[in-house]
Amino acid sequence: MNYNWNWRIFWEPSPNGTGNYLDMLLSGLVLTIEAAICAWIVALICGSLVGVLRTLPSRGANRFGFWYVELFRNMPLLVQLFLWFFVLPELLPRSWGLWLKQLPNAPFYTAVLGIGLFMSARVAVQLGAGINSLPRGQKMAGTALGLTTAQTYRYILLPMAFRIILPPLTSEFLNTIKNTSVAITIGLIELTAQARAMQEFSFQVFEAFTAATMLYLIVNIVVVTAMRYVERTVAIPGYMTGK
Amino acid sequence: MKYNPRIGKMMAVALAGALSAGSALAQELTGTLKNIKETGAITIGYRDSSIPFSYLDDNQKPVGFAMDICYRIVDAVKKELKLDKLEVKLNPVTSSTRIPLLANGTVDLECGSTTNNADRQKQISFTNTHFLTASRFVSKKSSKLNSIDDLKGKTVVSTSGTTNIKQLNEANAARNLGINIIPAKDHAEAFLMVETDRAVAFVMDDILLASLAAGSKDPDAYVISKDAFSKPEPYGIMLRKDDLPFKKVVDAATAELYKSPEGAKLYDKWFMQKVPPKGLNLNVPMGPEQKKAFAQPSDSPEPDAYTAM
Repeated sequence: MNYNWNWRIFWEPSPNGTGNYLDMLLSGLVLTIEAAICAWIVALICGSLVGVLRTLPSRGANRFGFWYVELFRNMPLLVQLFLWFFVLPELLPRSWGLWLKQLPNAPFYTAVLGIGLFMSARVAVQLGAGINSLPRGQKMAGTALGLTTAQTYRYILLPMAFRIILPPLTSEFLNTIKNTSVAITIGLIELTAQARAMQEFSFQVFEAFTAATMLYLIVNIVVVTAMRYVERTVAIPGYMTGK
Repeated sequence: MKYNPRIGKMMAVALAGALSAGSALAQELTGTLKNIKETGAITIGYRDSSIPFSYLDDNQKPVGFAMDICYRIVDAVKKELKLDKLEVKLNPVTSSTRIPLLANGTVDLECGSTTNNADRQKQISFTNTHFLTASRFVSKKSSKLNSIDDLKGKTVVSTSGTTNIKQLNEANAARNLGINIIPAKDHAEAFLMVETDRAVAFVMDDILLASLAAGSKDPDAYVISKDAFSKPEPYGIMLRKDDLPFKKVVDAATAELYKSPEGAKLYDKWFMQKVPPKGLNLNVPMGPEQKKAFAQPSDSPEPDAYTAM
């Protein structure tokens, strides 16, 4: 191995004039976290709605839920982002397309939407499975008490199902964070992109990516720890998810 | 002090002694040359889409200006090591993999369009410059942009991690232009941004812009600015750092090629004539800096070293 290690590189000024290389990586990390959180909110909202649709007694709703999941789950994320960013504006009427293209921060919004919808399909499946894993008697009990379907979901099924699927949702959130790196392809300069920029400027490849790996790892540890805490807080003693 | 001819004689003798000692030392090979001798093979790293420097033609075979130069280097190495047969292995590299693959010994030469600058020389070495390119912008003719100042307040794209985007940032700040700069992942994507009107212009090495425009759906729709963001910067073929015996062979081979009429002929072949796969002609005549770089081969990272008087 003929490689010139230089761990001090992080404190050397970066060529783009915004402080040193570490600042560059950290600015990418901020963007990664912002995009991941926004995308996760989109994923939770859309995913919960579709997940409920998939378990309703209506055939139309089931079918819609099924196709939604198949559409967003089966196309690679990379392709989806590319379609949203480059192809969609061309399909719209010209003036709308131009407006879309001139949007400031377009890569960020596209990434949030694209990654959010991709992940929402996964959340929907998880939630559907969570609801279906509850004993059938719960739903019947709700009906017997005179609750409407909406009330049964709101007060009985969803609180239980969400508790059951908290652990898999944690790993879906971690996936969302990692998936933000795909947004490089539409020009979102997040952590991975900054690491790549750093290697191009300085040719210190291994240092750049070691640092990026460490930062991703730290973020993941923080998320996992926080989610453990949430799991413990919402656990109901005596239920299958309680301790 | 009066000049004593005996000193000159002594020096000549000393020099001759040093030279013969040098050839004796040449028996004990080190570094890359030793590897090549032992394995009977040399590995060239090529790029898949750096037209016309190093790219895959329609038979998926790497060709290009830098590739031709590398084959000359291979011949020189073969001669130096007195080998009857030297196998040439080809290994694809990308901008991300070229450094690790060079560092870990997978490739011995990187033949592409890598900009030679002082920061990068801390990690690897370059042989003599084979091309000079300045940072300019490409735009649609219909947007009527001629100078850098015309970009005021517009959206301009450049590839992230390049020296070009850095120069664009600097010009933007220095001239107070208020340009909205968007980074793209790679050159093809950045050009797509101009093609789809997401950006009015794309700032990059002029030769890369020329090949992107020539390869686009409508080559006549684009124009490359006369106005440049930088002095022409050198491209070089990369090799491992601190491997002086190998570098000496490579430098000698490239210098000999560039100075000979062969160098100009090679240039002509790739920049003034139709090149595969589409039969594009980039039509970039040799500029004064390029002529100087060929007449006085140099591996200097400084653009000023190539300024033609």
